[in-house]
Amino acid sequence: MDQPRDITPPQTSPETAPYWEAAREGRLLVKRCDACGERHAYPRSLCPFCFSGRTAWEEASGRGTIYAFSIMRRAKIPYAVAYVTLEEGPTVISNIVGADFDALRIGQAVRLDFRAATDGQPIPMFTPDASGAEEER
Amino acid sequence: MGSDGRTMPEPRACIAGIFEHPTRRADDKSLAQLHAEVAAGALRDAGLSHADVDGYFCAGDAPGLGPLSMVDYLGLRVRHVDTTDTGGSAYLVHVAHAAEAIAARKCNVALITLAGRPLAEGLGSGLGLRLDNMPDVPFEAPYGTAVLNLYAMVAARHMHEFGTTSEQLAWIKVAASHHAQHNPNAVLRKVLTVEEVLASPMVADPLRKHDCCVINDGGGALVVTRPEIARSLGRPVVSLRGTGTALKNQAGGRVDLTYSAGRFSGAAAFAEAGVTPADIRYASIYDSFTITVLVTLEDLGFCEKGRGGDFVADGNLIAGVGRLAFNTDGGGLCSNHPGNRGGMTKVIEAVRQLRGEAHPAVQVPDLHLALAHGTGGSLGTRHGSATLILERA
Repeated sequence: MDQPRDITPPQTSPETAPYWEAAREGRLLVKRCDACGERHAYPRSLCPFCFSGRTAWEEASGRGTIYAFSIMRRAKIPYAVAYVTLEEGPTVISNIVGADFDALRIGQAVRLDFRAATDGQPIPMFTPDASGAEEER
Repeated sequence: MGSDGRTMPEPRACIAGIFEHPTRRADDKSLAQLHAEVAAGALRDAGLSHADVDGYFCAGDAPGLGPLSMVDYLGLRVRHVDTTDTGGSAYLVHVAHAAEAIAARKCNVALITLAGRPLAEGLGSGLGLRLDNMPDVPFEAPYGTAVLNLYAMVAARHMHEFGTTSEQLAWIKVAASHHAQHNPNAVLRKVLTVEEVLASPMVADPLRKHDCCVINDGGGALVVTRPEIARSLGRPVVSLRGTGTALKNQAGGRVDLTYSAGRFSGAAAFAEAGVTPADIRYASIYDSFTITVLVTLEDLGFCEKGRGGDFVADGNLIAGVGRLAFNTDGGGLCSNHPGNRGGMTKVIEAVRQLRGEAHPAVQVPDLHLALAHGTGGSLGTRHGSATLILERA
């Protein structure tokens, strides 16, 4: 099982403040473009697919699957970095927490969890979800 | 002649001078001094002088604002500069840009320098980026992303999709170590076995210590000239036949770690050169990690996507043994990864091979074509690839 580690706080900006405010309320946001309908991550003001400025925040379900992961064994406190594919589509960098690292697998279902950065900001992370849907491949 | 029998056009530019700094630990030198020493070395190698240089190229490893401090420090009088930075591949991009500048008559003699002293400065890995105001870093840094674990995820996904094994990755290090034994300047000169690579500590699953390149101080430089200048110097002439540069990233969340931008830079370079991977018997392949080599070989077309593990196994990358000799200086995996930027040395060893100046134990006989490839930044997030195809005239 993972141990608590010092988490670097994110530098926030006017563009991304709503994302981090939502995290303080236990919610994960993604950006959706009203012009092309595509969701993207990390969040931008202008859609990276069609460059429309009509992007809006949308709450994600918090469910996803592990696309890839690696256990940083070299660190004083080992941790699992991962790409998680959200149910909504985008794949994001995250950590897998509350997990037996040796039991992690690509395709495994995970759900949203949070860990606080050193300044108290909750950071969206993921934990294994035994009830979640696995990726087929 | 190209592989299809066409007569090749006059090349746009030649690599007339190369120099690899012999140091691997530069406690006693300044960063600017290292740049000057490699510049002097490459000009000496070319048979050109400091006064001949009218174009200067450097990347983010050079101290100062763009080229301003270095051009001043070096005492250059230049009319063309370029400070494109794509991490460790920047110097291959510079070769491509130098050829374009020469063709456009913006300069005749382009000097490209790289130097770094991460050991002397106690920096370890990393590219020394300023992290403020970056749009992507706040969504990565809290998670402890590092060059190491991002490349490890590329390896993990490759293993998952294609069944690639740690043993296959280990063969890449083994091949590099076979070459490094002949290089007196190499950081690691011990010949390794697959078993020894697999016995090294796991640092970020599935990558082990021996899957990683060395971290060291050093540098290198290139002189790129107009072909008629290169031919006047009395040295073997190495001309640039094809170049390609490309970027790849997380694509707004449409992440695919199974391939690199080398797919695009390689295709462009081969198309311009009018040759195919089957024509290439020596390749310098960027080797920050073993997985970097494996993915790149697939993307350049040396084998099908997903079959890189089979391609690199059983010594297929060892000079005199396998189908494709790679990184015969020992590469970044065993010899030199100066300033955490390995592209410069990739070009240098490819030029040595084409001149017949590689170590006799690893020299590919009768070599006329060579490929050099760089991968800068992180294969796991954002990277810039550059491919050069070089020919011995």
